[in-house]
Amino acid sequence: MELINIEGTPKTPTVTMNPTSGAIEIKGRSIPENSIEFYKPIVDWLEEYSQGPAAKTVVNVQLEYFNTSSSKCILDVFKKLENLKKNQKDVIINWYYEEDDEDMLEAGEDYESIIKVPFKMIQIVD
Amino acid sequence: MSFFLNDCYDRMNQGEVIVAYKGAISADVISNTLSLIEAKLEETSEQTGVKKKLYNVLVESLQNLFHHVDAINGMGESEANFGAFVLSKQESIFRISTGNFIRSDKSKILKEKIDKINSLSKEELKDFYKFVLNNQSFSAKGGGGLGLIDIARKTGNKLDYRFYHYNTDFDFFNLNVFINEKE
Repeated sequence: MELINIEGTPKTPTVTMNPTSGAIEIKGRSIPENSIEFYKPIVDWLEEYSQGPAAKTVVNVQLEYFNTSSSKCILDVFKKLENLKKNQKDVIINWYYEEDDEDMLEAGEDYESIIKVPFKMIQIVD
Repeated sequence: MSFFLNDCYDRMNQGEVIVAYKGAISADVISNTLSLIEAKLEETSEQTGVKKKLYNVLVESLQNLFHHVDAINGMGESEANFGAFVLSKQESIFRISTGNFIRSDKSKILKEKIDKINSLSKEELKDFYKFVLNNQSFSAKGGGGLGLIDIARKTGNKLDYRFYHYNTDFDFFNLNVFINEKE
């Protein structure tokens, strides 16, 4: 499988996904008008990855902003990770939020209550 | 048409106006406006938390407008996808006012949706958000049906709205969103 390395833009996040190490990172802002197009290759990659994942998959999500169009796509990404977990694979999602951003913490908690994967809420201290 | 629009637009323009726009709504207009406002917010002395919330709600409000503008047939290009928005501040409250034409047959459903959102408590809104997030599919334009719920949740305020009757087929829908400067 190939390594994914998508550079961020003012509207879309930086995404790196390494099939060998199992390190996945989504960072920046995700506010495109239509996010399905952006997230499709990511969801497809995870589908393929789940056929032969790394021993441990660590997912870092560090978003500054995301819109509701992205929130559904992010849920789709997490559902793929949930499947990994169902197949007895080790998965953890680290959800980063800024100290003064309660909305981002709440958004992480929303996902945590829907997705059966361990979440770790991490406050970013400047 | 023009008189009607100017009248609606005048009612949207209240308080100290930061950005105001009326005209065709396109992806570019929305993007450019968001960059402009983000730069303007950078210069203000608002707390980072307030800036973030305001920007977040703006993104959602303007993209909602983009997703829901109904084109009116038989008009010039600038009026076919007509929409308007005003960001203003009055005392310590920011106000985002958006306006667009909507087919009259959709007005009732929209009204019911907003009334439902306004009737929910903070906890109920959270549950409603999670339900729609997990159960509703995307529209053709990529909207997820979550915009208004998200706005209500983030602002903690009721959604203020008004439908102006335009003709037998269309209404002009005006939504006002309020963000408190201090929590």
